[in-house]
Amino acid sequence: MLCLHTIYVFLYIRHNKFILKKIITNDWCITFKFEIILLTEFKGYTSATSCHTMKILVCITNVPDTTAKITFTDNDTKLNKAGVQYIIGPYDDYALARAVELKEQLGGSVTVLHVGEADADPQIRKALAIGADDAIRVNTDPVDSYYTAVQIAHIASENKYDLILMGRESIDFNSGVVHGLVGEMLGIPSYSPVMKLEINGTTATIAREIDGGKETLTASLPLVLGCQEPISEWKIPNMRGIMTARTKPLVVAEPVSVEEMTTPEKFSLPAPKGACKMIPASEAETLIKLLRTEAKVL
Amino acid sequence: MSVLIFIELDNGSVKKTSLEAVAYGAEVARLTGTTATVLALGKADAAELERIGNFGATKVLHAADEKLSHENSLAYADVLAQAVEKENSKIIIISKSGLGDAVAARASAKLKAGIVSGVTDLPVINGGFSVKRSIYTGKAFSVVEIKSDIKILVVKKNAIEATEGSGTATVETFTPVLRDSDFLASVGQIEKASSELSLTEADIIVSGGRGMKGPENWQPLLDFAKSLGAATGCSKPVSDLDWRPHHEHIGQTGIKVAPNLYIACGISGAIQHLAGVNGSKYIVVINKDPEAPFFKAADYGIVGDIFEVLPKLTKAVQDLK
Repeated sequence: MLCLHTIYVFLYIRHNKFILKKIITNDWCITFKFEIILLTEFKGYTSATSCHTMKILVCITNVPDTTAKITFTDNDTKLNKAGVQYIIGPYDDYALARAVELKEQLGGSVTVLHVGEADADPQIRKALAIGADDAIRVNTDPVDSYYTAVQIAHIASENKYDLILMGRESIDFNSGVVHGLVGEMLGIPSYSPVMKLEINGTTATIAREIDGGKETLTASLPLVLGCQEPISEWKIPNMRGIMTARTKPLVVAEPVSVEEMTTPEKFSLPAPKGACKMIPASEAETLIKLLRTEAKVL
Repeated sequence: MSVLIFIELDNGSVKKTSLEAVAYGAEVARLTGTTATVLALGKADAAELERIGNFGATKVLHAADEKLSHENSLAYADVLAQAVEKENSKIIIISKSGLGDAVAARASAKLKAGIVSGVTDLPVINGGFSVKRSIYTGKAFSVVEIKSDIKILVVKKNAIEATEGSGTATVETFTPVLRDSDFLASVGQIEKASSELSLTEADIIVSGGRGMKGPENWQPLLDFAKSLGAATGCSKPVSDLDWRPHHEHIGQTGIKVAPNLYIACGISGAIQHLAGVNGSKYIVVINKDPEAPFFKAADYGIVGDIFEVLPKLTKAVQDLK
């Protein structure tokens, strides 16, 4: 009964964001109730493409460049950011590019969402320069996928997007679970990795990679999709995009609190590789012998 | 309280990576003083289900509904959550794959369970519950403590040596409630190269790069792979040029593989490619350029003309048999 009462209160105040934010950030008790709601009330998540234009949310990660050399500091508890170039996650970049194309084709809007700290702002501005209309940054240092997914689900439930796109995985932690978590929290389907996406009215036609091949699916919006190539080609911002990006809105939102699920303890690097044993090309068949007798893999 | 292992089936057979997950789950069960139960969904060969006992599980819950034969992460997560409740499981083991991650993610949100994906070792259980996982696409590791009551571990290939012993698992029919809302998407075309060995399952992979000079030159590589019973892969430029299909692309933005033996032919070894193969036990590099960076990451190397070396290797493998 208490629970139902709480849901009623939540629904009532949801239309008043100020009250909601205050309750969620200041009162642990209510926050806890909010989480109960998260898995029940969010299930009513719908979008309304029939009476609105299409609203797309693209979630981006801010990650070390693929060529970055990874080392750690602070007794192996923090990534050494010195000399590391940060980029929009390569998979997220594909999702963003496809979102911008869909907007050009069908109208509507593209919002970029990042869950992270202010050092990501240059990457968020880049996403705006590529063609997103506005951006939201949830100002926090996310602890794990679950935490990040709750923040995304919270923003999505407030703004009712038709499509929530992101990369198939982030290239820092490689979990590939945030799209599934967000989908389940909102009570809507999630698919990954999506290689092709077409929208027709409220229906999405998706091609996704399956083990050793691909599969075509048709599903109704709203959907959460984890994207990868060749869904689109990466876009490079043009000068006009870079200029307009400066004045596009970037809203900084505070995080909702989430029960602690996991805690990172320590980072480590792989053991260095031993020397490579070279075999002369003229005696190539020796390789096969070594693989059998020494490595014992044949 | 049993450890619950979600397995993937391919046309009735248990995938090899799933058998590893069973062995992993059985070991976790031993460490926590409980038993291991396997959840199998859809069409499954009876002999295959019984074989699971050889990897240490003592019970198999089989939900045979035909609707579950087609890969569906929404429904699978639903059924998994019901099995967790039935078994009162606190630890769930799933092998890492696109499907595995999707099922784990949705189950995590349903069960409010802490999830760690990319686990590379057995957990350390002494008061807490910590697991080691691969991060930065294999460039580093992280030890993570899971604090939630229910824990989901998505386990990478080679996290444990799975050896087939002998054991018995009782197969029990499981009839979960299937929700219509999980079956709303309509599945169209499925393109699957069924004759090919899956890259994520393969023990040996032979992979080609731009050094192969063109799609018409692939035959010696295919012959070599065939002699080894290996799957074939390629580098990103090769798939970008359409020399080989996209699903063969191995690397940071392609498939990550962890075979026992990875043989790279004419691949220079860009860091993005290495990120996709650094889970391999042994790496062999064949390249005409002695300065190719891949040699630094390799266990065995041959500097020479691929088109001369490959036929020699194929013959050497055939001579072994």
